[in-house]
Amino acid sequence: MALKTDAVGKSWPAYEYEVGREKIREYAQVIGLDNPVHFDAEAAKSAGYRDIVAPPMFVVVYAAGGMGPVLFDPEVGMNFAAMVHGGQEFEWAEPVCSGDVITTTTTCKDIYPKDGKGFYVFETESKNQNGDLVCRATWTNIVRGIEE
Amino acid sequence: MSATSKGEKIAGLKVTPDKYVPHRYAGASGDFNPIHIDAEFAKMVGLPGAILHGLYVMGLVAKAATDEAGGDPRALKRLSVQFRGMSYPEQEIEVAGEVIEADGSDVTFDLVAIQNDNQVIRNATADVSYG
Repeated sequence: MALKTDAVGKSWPAYEYEVGREKIREYAQVIGLDNPVHFDAEAAKSAGYRDIVAPPMFVVVYAAGGMGPVLFDPEVGMNFAAMVHGGQEFEWAEPVCSGDVITTTTTCKDIYPKDGKGFYVFETESKNQNGDLVCRATWTNIVRGIEE
Repeated sequence: MSATSKGEKIAGLKVTPDKYVPHRYAGASGDFNPIHIDAEFAKMVGLPGAILHGLYVMGLVAKAATDEAGGDPRALKRLSVQFRGMSYPEQEIEVAGEVIEADGSDVTFDLVAIQNDNQVIRNATADVSYG
């Protein structure tokens, strides 16, 4: 089956995520972060944050809900069994703090064949409740064994 | 002291994730793909056992870059990585890196995450600000 590229340019409905203190603590703990700004509201406020602040990579928590439906979208038609996560890029802007409501929109930027593999490139853009950009991400998934 | 000149190595980090890290990371991130938390399932699909989440290892790379800039989360501006191998719990992971660009307080690192001589993340670049 030739590589389907119909989904290039498609966007999906926005995904909303409300950031909570315990979720930030849980993430920071498993990574082994020790900066108190991720655990203690007073420490975070002393450092100039509104509340406990999320580590940059917490984007995987608030933006993943925007990627989930995309991976299973039949219009994208990824062969899940042969898929690997090839690459990832994040660019951060405003910090994310507990109490923020983050809205993520996902767009399919590109689908192309290379060396018998299919490359699926998605972009997510996450903004906070004030409309400020917090993170833009590029997710690249690779599917083995396609026909060119 | 933070690395500031081209070619200078960063402190990096070494960590041996315990057996249950993939379970805790699954809970923290919401990614419950069974290849990370079910060794039997992982073997069924041809893996030697449960593997670590790639984005967990990327989290370690982000930590190493942020720590070099003093640990404040605002310091990390951009991070891109390529995932190039599987990594496993109960075996040491090393994150190493060096400065490839420096413009005043804005510095770019090139980083790798290595387990058993296998570069599981490579061509990672991080833009940090020491400002």
